[in-house]
Amino acid sequence: MERTILHSDINCCYAAIEHLHHPELAGKPLAVGGDPESRHGIVLTADYIAKKHGVKTGMALWQAKQVCPDITFISPRMDLYLRFSRMAHEIYSEYTDLQEPYGIDESWLDVSASSSIKGDGYKIAEEISNRMKSELGITVSIGVSFDKIYAKLGSDYKKPDAITTMYKDEFRQKAWKLPASDLLYVGRSTNQKLLKIGIKTIGDLARMDEHILVNHLGKMGSVLWAFANGYDESPVRLEDTHAPIKSVGNSTTTPRDLENDEDVKIVLYILAESVAARLRENGFRCRVVEISIRDNELFSFTRQKKIDHATNITSEIAAYAYQIFKASYDWRKPIRSVGVRGADLVTDNYWEQIDLFSSVEFREKQMKVDAAVDDIRRRFGFYSIQRGLMYRDKLLSAVNAREDHVVHPHGYFNQ
Amino acid sequence: MESSKVYVDVTAEFSKEGVLTPKSFRWTDGSVYEIQRVKDIRRAASLKAGGVGMRYTCIVNGRESYLYYEDNNMWFMERAGA
Repeated sequence: MERTILHSDINCCYAAIEHLHHPELAGKPLAVGGDPESRHGIVLTADYIAKKHGVKTGMALWQAKQVCPDITFISPRMDLYLRFSRMAHEIYSEYTDLQEPYGIDESWLDVSASSSIKGDGYKIAEEISNRMKSELGITVSIGVSFDKIYAKLGSDYKKPDAITTMYKDEFRQKAWKLPASDLLYVGRSTNQKLLKIGIKTIGDLARMDEHILVNHLGKMGSVLWAFANGYDESPVRLEDTHAPIKSVGNSTTTPRDLENDEDVKIVLYILAESVAARLRENGFRCRVVEISIRDNELFSFTRQKKIDHATNITSEIAAYAYQIFKASYDWRKPIRSVGVRGADLVTDNYWEQIDLFSSVEFREKQMKVDAAVDDIRRRFGFYSIQRGLMYRDKLLSAVNAREDHVVHPHGYFNQ
Repeated sequence: MESSKVYVDVTAEFSKEGVLTPKSFRWTDGSVYEIQRVKDIRRAASLKAGGVGMRYTCIVNGRESYLYYEDNNMWFMERAGA
């Protein structure tokens, strides 16, 4: 049976969300990125007005200011974007359980089974597009097709706020004239190789002999050839266990240099609390704990450890962080700055084998404790409940944890 | 420019079925307005005020106005004419 697959892409995701929260900037160019205060960093997302002036993702902020003097820079608020991403996923989930996110702002949806109730792919796309506008105040581009590759091409075909169909009887005339570099997984270097053998468009690629492509590109040649011909059969994955971001971390430069294990322990616990709380808030768990240490001569290093069970339990993350620290620092110099990061994230849907030696009941209790603490803090403020450890040094325990995330879509293959 | 997003104090009622219904709110000038009826509840974006939340379409003094419940547990309204 022919499938109906949608690919939905939130237009200028971060910039659109910031526009929504800054109505006073309507009609003015805006970019999300870096740290405008200290005037360094790069553009993460520019809105359409800024893009028209030539602002591109990855540009240094000062460069963006040169090509677009009226631009307003806004520091990224990743937690807000993750919230919107979740709300978008909620809307998608009313049309299908087959949903596969690709990064924070894109998702594939297999709506084949919903067609009899909700209407054909185009109708569902229209409904989703309208709901995104009224419920979230942002626009999406949606591609409607028979496989994931052409659904994605469809969503890239026309932006913003558009729906493009790439059905079996039309993808050849619509997409084959597009440059081959528009195809998923044709990056700069692959494109160079393709140009060398005279392939400029997706159509050229599709009509090429598969063996010649394999000779030049290895097994990717065969994959790309299948992509271009609409032979990609890869399913929209049912279960979504991968988090849309790669890691959640917090770091801080301490108000005074740290001189012994207990100082470090206090700071690690504060950072771990914040990291764990943010993991829980977004429904993530981490499988790697990482610490970064910088001494007072600015020499720095990071160490990480793969942990046995994916976790978002504060005390576990803190204990791992402290354990890594003990194993890797010899106190040659006092410490200036400390960071904790949870990486290799999975979502709450992730399941794993439990083993004989760890107590499931104990971990469940700890999760309940964390949930209770989160709830108390949400209602009465962060400092309404504290660990006893924090009272050992009031100065250190008042440090501010600075947030940073690493955002990147996972690969298309073997996730 | 005055912000068109106005946070307000709200008195609300929870039914035993778990439904939250705002009963009255206090506007910035201090006066309290009774909400006679809630016509509609849905998630919606406010382009005017800038934000997203559960939107309660309230009848106040015979006129419709929107009251939004943000997920930070705060209520906001749109300032008219802004």
